[in-house]
Amino acid sequence: MGTNKDHIPLTEAIYYILLALHQPMHGYGIIQFVKEISQGRVELGPGTLYGAIKSLLEKGWIKPINLSKESRRKEYEITETGREIVELELSRLTELVTNGNKMIKEKRDDSEN
Amino acid sequence: MKIRKVFLNFEKEEKWLNEMAAKGMHFIGYTFCTYYFEKGEPGEYNYRIQLLDQAPDHSEVQEYLEFMKDSGVECVATYVRWAYFRKKSEEGTFEIYSDIESKIKHFKKIAWLMGSLALLNVFIALLNTMLSTISTYNLYFSFISWLTVLILLPITFGYIRRIKQLRREQEF
Repeated sequence: MGTNKDHIPLTEAIYYILLALHQPMHGYGIIQFVKEISQGRVELGPGTLYGAIKSLLEKGWIKPINLSKESRRKEYEITETGREIVELELSRLTELVTNGNKMIKEKRDDSEN
Repeated sequence: MKIRKVFLNFEKEEKWLNEMAAKGMHFIGYTFCTYYFEKGEPGEYNYRIQLLDQAPDHSEVQEYLEFMKDSGVECVATYVRWAYFRKKSEEGTFEIYSDIESKIKHFKKIAWLMGSLALLNVFIALLNTMLSTISTYNLYFSFISWLTVLILLPITFGYIRRIKQLRREQEF
């Protein structure tokens, strides 16, 4: 068995789906949520999202929520493992951004002086 | 309007359906090698074709089709495991797969299907070639199977080439 770290980095789609599912959501809700928080940059294709949901369920990073029988839409929510994975990815991304800012800012300051 | 046409490549088929839609001929149904169209506003719809995981009446596929409907996508026709989808252009762009990884998965699924059909036909052809000593009918059947193999193999390799192409794109 690999550790959670082996799953990092996540694809953009998986990362955003996991973020979305910090609250219960159905498929189309996820597409809208991701489009909104990325300001229209990331528009998940329904085929991509469906495949991702299937593999996330298999990995146990998300789980389906039992809804009343009348509701034909399935809703999903992130699991504990899912949360751990997102946090690992978030600290990786933070490192990238921090180092990027540091280097680029230093270069800019150098050229200004 | 009805048009008889044969496509061996779903991307070319999809392109043709979109070209027809741009001219105001909207695809509304399919039966074996026959496409049905309806006149309408030019460019009203965008079309996409997908190989489903299972047959259209499978519960998981039904759920997927339901989910597509929620996303504003209409399933115009299904044929065996193929599904024809369309979405109104005014409702935004329409791509079933938004990243290369899932596109590759889709192509792999198609290549597998075509490859296994080709292999199956090789077996049937060999069997009938062997049985041709018993009856000449078997010889005819083996011809049909060999012909099918000859058609299916280039299709399979075509999709494998597309997968390699996408992998190269992914590297950059």
